[in-house]
Amino acid sequence: MKSAVILFPGSNREQDAARALRAASGAAPAIVWHAEPDLPPGTDLVVLPGGFSYGDYLRCGAIAARSPAMRAVARHAERGGLVLGICNGFQILCEAGLLPGVLMRNANRRFLCRMQHVRVENAGTPFTRGYAEGQVARFAIAHGEGNFEADDATIEAIEDAGQIAFRYCDASGRVDQAANPNGSQRNIAGVFNSRFNVLGLMPHPENLIDPLVGGIDGRPLFEALAG
Amino acid sequence: MKARVVVTLKTGVLDPQGKAIEGALRSLSIAGIGSVRQGKVFDVEIDGEDRDSARKTLNEACERLLANTIVENYSVEIA
Repeated sequence: MKSAVILFPGSNREQDAARALRAASGAAPAIVWHAEPDLPPGTDLVVLPGGFSYGDYLRCGAIAARSPAMRAVARHAERGGLVLGICNGFQILCEAGLLPGVLMRNANRRFLCRMQHVRVENAGTPFTRGYAEGQVARFAIAHGEGNFEADDATIEAIEDAGQIAFRYCDASGRVDQAANPNGSQRNIAGVFNSRFNVLGLMPHPENLIDPLVGGIDGRPLFEALAG
Repeated sequence: MKARVVVTLKTGVLDPQGKAIEGALRSLSIAGIGSVRQGKVFDVEIDGEDRDSARKTLNEACERLLANTIVENYSVEIA
């Protein structure tokens, strides 16, 4: 699998993403500067890393979403190529219109940096096939604007189509308001596009690949992508 | 030509920043403020004197960048 990580001014998790990709696939991803108009030839997977692209100016992800590299990412997605957006990468994908909805400020106004359980809602995709449906994974979250919102019709449509990838839950897998860290509608932590080749999620699976640093619940995602 | 674009959150969209400002005003004992919603103002200098084309340009700027129309409304004033 040939992967590329897009680097925006203000990205800060690109090395975490690169490490997870390297560990899973044995090959280091290309690091692609946001001003590049094209992806490296033969790219299978694009990862948009976490961070604070453009200092979250205007709206988080808004300016990065209009960069030249994102036009190449849109063409890649249109061709059926895989795209994974983590945290700020998720915000960028929503702003670029490659995923539905928008990520608003956390309802409790707090920046959250801690561990969080999520439930796998759809395990039948290239991203999540290493998990079982309903499996509870423990990921890290680190965000101030992760409150997923969309209009009611959109929420119903993505729910019906199985486009909800992960929901925030407690350790036993129960999804309720007590387990909702940021106010997201229906506890949504990650969504797919309608073709299931684009995934955005707020938690950081790339930080859970080594037992030395808190667990390996993120490994199945990268291993599934690596083939 | 000068123009001003105002972007506001749609009714019903939760505005935690507005709520925080509301609380701060209360703590300053400024009485009589029911609620606060925070928005954004963009002051824009437009080339030329054609108001219709300026409006068209600004509407496009709002649709494509300045506002996220999923959760925000915008209005354009041309001086």
